[in-house]
Amino acid sequence: MNRIDEVFHKLKSEGRTALIPFITTGDPDLKTTVDIIIELERSGADMVELGVPYSDPLADGPVIQQASERALRGPVTLEACVEVAAQAAAAGVKMPFILFSYFNPILQYGLERFFTLIHEKGISGLIIPDLPIEEDGEVREMAAEAGIHLIPLVAPTSKARVQRIAALAQGFVYCVSSLGVTGMRSEFHSGIEEFLQSVREATPLPIAVGFGISSRDQVERMSKHADGVIVGSAIVRQVEEALPLLLKEDTYRDGISQIGRFVASLRI
Amino acid sequence: MNKVPDGNGRFGKFGGRYVPETLMNALFELEEAYKHYSNDPKFQEEVRYLLSKYSGRPTSLYYAERLTQHLGGAKILLKREDLNHTGAHKINNTIGQGVLAKRMGKKKIIAETGAGQHGVASATIAALLGMECKVFMGEEDTKRQQLNVFRMQLLGAEVVPVLSGTRTLKDACNETLRYWVSHVDDTYYILGSVTGPHPYPMMVRDFQRIIGDEAREQILREEGRLPDYVVAAVGGGSNAIGIFYPFVGDESVKLVGVEAAGRGIDTLEHAATMTLGRHGVFQGSLSYVLQDDAGQVQPAHSISAGLDYPGIGPEHAYLKDSGRAEYVPVTDAEALEALQLLSRTEGIIPALESAHAIAQVMKLAPTLPPDQTIVVSLSGRGDKDVEAIMSYLGGQKHESH
Repeated sequence: MNRIDEVFHKLKSEGRTALIPFITTGDPDLKTTVDIIIELERSGADMVELGVPYSDPLADGPVIQQASERALRGPVTLEACVEVAAQAAAAGVKMPFILFSYFNPILQYGLERFFTLIHEKGISGLIIPDLPIEEDGEVREMAAEAGIHLIPLVAPTSKARVQRIAALAQGFVYCVSSLGVTGMRSEFHSGIEEFLQSVREATPLPIAVGFGISSRDQVERMSKHADGVIVGSAIVRQVEEALPLLLKEDTYRDGISQIGRFVASLRI
Repeated sequence: MNKVPDGNGRFGKFGGRYVPETLMNALFELEEAYKHYSNDPKFQEEVRYLLSKYSGRPTSLYYAERLTQHLGGAKILLKREDLNHTGAHKINNTIGQGVLAKRMGKKKIIAETGAGQHGVASATIAALLGMECKVFMGEEDTKRQQLNVFRMQLLGAEVVPVLSGTRTLKDACNETLRYWVSHVDDTYYILGSVTGPHPYPMMVRDFQRIIGDEAREQILREEGRLPDYVVAAVGGGSNAIGIFYPFVGDESVKLVGVEAAGRGIDTLEHAATMTLGRHGVFQGSLSYVLQDDAGQVQPAHSISAGLDYPGIGPEHAYLKDSGRAEYVPVTDAEALEALQLLSRTEGIIPALESAHAIAQVMKLAPTLPPDQTIVVSLSGRGDKDVEAIMSYLGGQKHESH
């Protein structure tokens, strides 16, 4: 059984919603990312999305764009991002890893080689934000063979496409809360509840909601309608704010704890 | 060659729709609307009317006699897209898409721009059709092309400087797409080149093919024969596809795309996507991309803001890999030399983009006998570049990246 399924299964029996943080891998460096992942789990995260930094992150707002730019100065490769998951697991992290990468780095690495790699390194799920169902045939087949869940996005504009996307989904369906790129916002798409309900009706799989969720209030509101809540930019922003601490040896642990406290505050 | 693209927006293996799910319905809606209106005689008539009465088409196919004599070889004919209203071929596309946007009931248009030519053409059509217009332009380019920024503002458009990434055309495209994702309900995105997700590469080609349709008819009428070569500059590739496309079936006609080699293809500062790029997915389609080993897109460099782009339209990738067209690099220095030569021999100051095509003609024409002909797309006029050229030729290197 895929680890993502196990976690949702367990949470369902406990009547809880999955808290799924997103972080930009390699921001500010790979070693720190491993420590942040350990802290995320300690602070109540149920699974984690590892963002692969990319030069042209079309679906992302300024916070994640800047984090990607910081990480790329590393430089950080796709392979290194996947290795981070293996290192975190070796350090005792049990939660499943979901890799979030734009398509081109995967394509350049080579699809076959990529799926062998992420299977070996213990990645459970994959999100490719610029690969809609019309283009994902080959990737979908290879993911299935490797036992990796290819998690699709649905948006409030998907309308009639929701059915088709949900029918192909594995793991869970990632519902985009609002039109636009990732980033913190105070308003969700009007009709968000109806949208989530329409996705719910289209699939027996868990549904998770993301894009723009940054506060405990918002997590609470979304938990009423979804099985999982994804928090991205707000956590990446926390990392950004902790940078002065993370970059100095004597305050490093304080920086990590600061990120952890924020994540713990989101846990309901 | 087969008719391209296919129903999935594929030119052979190239093209497609690699965009966030949020945009997919908007792309399908656009494709439907385009299919519908492109077969509607009233739509076609309105576009034709504006191209003729507003922009002044057809543009002439002009025999550059002094340039021909100077180079001492093939006969050179210039397709004078610089004579269009707003000074470049970009208006062909913005008229088409502007009228389409209006028919689709959209009130707002957005556009990306590099050199500013497409931004100006978009602002122009927005003013003409009474629509709101926002133009996204890399901050670096707003400095290089201040005159065009002011032109857009005069036309009532809002110019949004893009501060992300390289602060040039590549990131202006990203930012326009991001804005579109957020405002997809009431906003039409006039994409300026044959790049991006389907249906843009097809639609923009269809609106630009008038360049080649006219040129083909003009040369057959005036010279009684097809040209031996058709030469055009390529950034994203819209003027090149526009002039190439009607000649693709004429096997005897050689098609040459000229890309920007910047400071040279042996340096790191170039925009030679075809010469040095690899297949990859960038900004919505599979094509050639300038990228590093890890698939990160590399910043491009060219003296010409319009060619300063690390991608290229998917139909060009298809023409290259099928061998139907060839793509050659021309450096900043060669383009500057060509710009001065055309200015002095013909009294035509070309845009820096078009000067790249002229530079290739300077290499090609002397190797050919006088009974051969070269048609060159003179895609735009150079007024917008005069200030930048002045600082280049004055020895003061204009700041670029």
